[in-house]
Amino acid sequence: MRLRELGSGSRRDALRGLAAGAALVALGGCGRRDDRDGVLNFWAMGREAEVVAELLPAFRARHPDIEVHVQQLPWTAAHEKLLTAYAGGSLPDLCQLGNTWLPELTALDALEPLDERVDASAIARDDYYAGILDTNVMPTTGGNRLFGLPWYVDTRVLFYRSDLVRAAGHPTPPQSWPEWLAAMRAVRQRSPQTYGVLLPLNEPDPLFALALQQGALLREDDTRGAFAQPAFRRALGFYAGIFAEGLAPTMTNAQIANVWDEFGRGLFAYYVSGPWNIGEFRRRLPRERQGDWATAPLPGPDGPGVSTAGGSSLVIFRSSRKKAAAWRLIEFLSEPATMQRFHALTGNLPPRRTAWRSPELADDAPSQAFAAQLERVRAAPKLPEWERIFQEMQRAAERVVQRVQSIDAATTELDAWVDALLEKRRWLRARTLAAAAPR
Amino acid sequence: MTRSGIVGWTLAAPALVVIAVFFALPVVIGLALSLTDFDLYALADLSTLRFVGLDNYLRLLQTPLFWQALGNTLYFVAVGVPLSIALSLGAALLLNAGVARWQAFFRTALFAPVVTTVVAVAVIWRYLLHTRYGLINQTLAAVGIDPIDWLGDPHWSMPAIIVFATWKNFGYNMVILLAALQAVPRELYESARVDGAGTLRQFTDVTFPMLTPTLVMVAIMTVAGYFQLFAEPYVMTQGGPLRSTVSVLYFMYEEGFRWWNLGFASAVAFVLFVVIFAVSAGLWRFDRDPEGR
Repeated sequence: MRLRELGSGSRRDALRGLAAGAALVALGGCGRRDDRDGVLNFWAMGREAEVVAELLPAFRARHPDIEVHVQQLPWTAAHEKLLTAYAGGSLPDLCQLGNTWLPELTALDALEPLDERVDASAIARDDYYAGILDTNVMPTTGGNRLFGLPWYVDTRVLFYRSDLVRAAGHPTPPQSWPEWLAAMRAVRQRSPQTYGVLLPLNEPDPLFALALQQGALLREDDTRGAFAQPAFRRALGFYAGIFAEGLAPTMTNAQIANVWDEFGRGLFAYYVSGPWNIGEFRRRLPRERQGDWATAPLPGPDGPGVSTAGGSSLVIFRSSRKKAAAWRLIEFLSEPATMQRFHALTGNLPPRRTAWRSPELADDAPSQAFAAQLERVRAAPKLPEWERIFQEMQRAAERVVQRVQSIDAATTELDAWVDALLEKRRWLRARTLAAAAPR
Repeated sequence: MTRSGIVGWTLAAPALVVIAVFFALPVVIGLALSLTDFDLYALADLSTLRFVGLDNYLRLLQTPLFWQALGNTLYFVAVGVPLSIALSLGAALLLNAGVARWQAFFRTALFAPVVTTVVAVAVIWRYLLHTRYGLINQTLAAVGIDPIDWLGDPHWSMPAIIVFATWKNFGYNMVILLAALQAVPRELYESARVDGAGTLRQFTDVTFPMLTPTLVMVAIMTVAGYFQLFAEPYVMTQGGPLRSTVSVLYFMYEEGFRWWNLGFASAVAFVLFVVIFAVSAGLWRFDRDPEGR
């Protein structure tokens, strides 16, 4: 179907739409639905929205006066829904927010700063992994402020076939890029059917993690690209070198029918992936393979390296009239005990160190690689345009890997693209500086 | 003004107001928007809105993804429209010939996809097109054809979308063509038969000329509709794989509602409007009576 049919098939449809619109306006005049009976509106995404309903009875027992209404958004549509809700003035009271979306919503000035509420509560900031908490801190005209509390974390580590790597003579996980390269070469040499690593060409995260290890990707106050600078070129050089040596297959996710089958079959030894795959590997790998896989923190250029700081945060919208109640719910969801329950239900990793003391996490070897990695995570650049730059970075990398372009050409072109994209930011920055300068 | 003039305008006024408010005004605002850099920052603070003249249009023409989207859309229109109309015509002819016994049933059945929700149908089609378990690949396997990754392979994604859209839409044109077929006077066929015309000759010399005005109308509506390809890739592929199913409208949607570059997205909308207008105007020429009457 096309938009035409979605909108107005016939004139009668148009009139019916008009009547419905008038009815909506009339309803709007009565006050917003959520304000009427003190219901707290909470938007959550995907599986988390289903699971949070199971956590709520405990909250209701403690706060019988607060009724929570959870609205489930699909991840694929959540971003558009939030922006449209902002434009239409119909944001909920609180929301689960992917932490890369925070810069966008703070640029819109849609989020409530949480500093005072956190300081007045029992929540200790240093209990959170620093790199993860930092993704919620945004620069404002009044200094840095905290706009969200991490709910669960996501980062990238190495998943690997311990049996294949051991057989190739590398029993301990690699600590640095050279060690990792040596292990991949040894695996490839031992068996020509096995690649060193699977880096799906349409996934930006692995390259982004490597790039974070090298340095800044943007310069001049995040208003210009720094992809042609040595830092990113080293990361891209290492990444593309893996493909050039034949250590990784030039495949996208779409070309690998089933990652777990291929991993079990030994198509590749290493795989850079996130926490959800702990559960998937346990479920999808055959029983006899369960002893043959492990996880390890990402190696860096010359020692343990940093990785990405992803995950979801809980935020309160400025437009909410029930901020105190919303904060109660965030406090409840941020308690270590609730986070442990949440982990048991979803497999999502908690952002607080105390929550990691539960035996399910502390005694779980695959999770422990994540615990080690979480001490070394770095926030992505905090600007609304980052998501686009992130995707474009991978397209540039794909061109290098496919040998359509050299690293020089691809990074220069990427910088030009980024500079054009960020023109408005430069203009805004110049305007702010001019306004602040003494006359 | 005469009395009947006043009555006429009064009766037309509600419709005119609706058209002005819901059509003319948005178009004017859209045009104005396309000359600005309305984006996320302007949404937050309107004082950051800048007038950029034709910059959005110039930038658009330099965006490779736009050209790719236009190419994908033209592919969809060039293959999808003839296929869809041929299928509609074929089905209408069969129904009109009364070959099938359950004419009313088939008419309803073939029209059903048009009135079903695209999202619901897309779910079914995703099962049908599934690489390993899909009915289509299983049927192909029965005749010895290797499975095709319909929605994952950039070469096959657009054909899959075309097949889906054609199946979804041909019933609409079929009903229109069926009505036109039934309006062809029986006497013409009778005299053609008396003159010794066979079935094929009756089709080329009676049916087709009588249908031409309807066919042109159907073609214009289908072309205009197919240029606005959106929901199918949105539900089935999200524009992938490798952007092979990004249509112009999908590109506009991403720019406008994903990245909130409404100024730029408005420019895309106007360019698409010009393209559709030009193609439709070209098609109208076929409606001229061949003898110049």
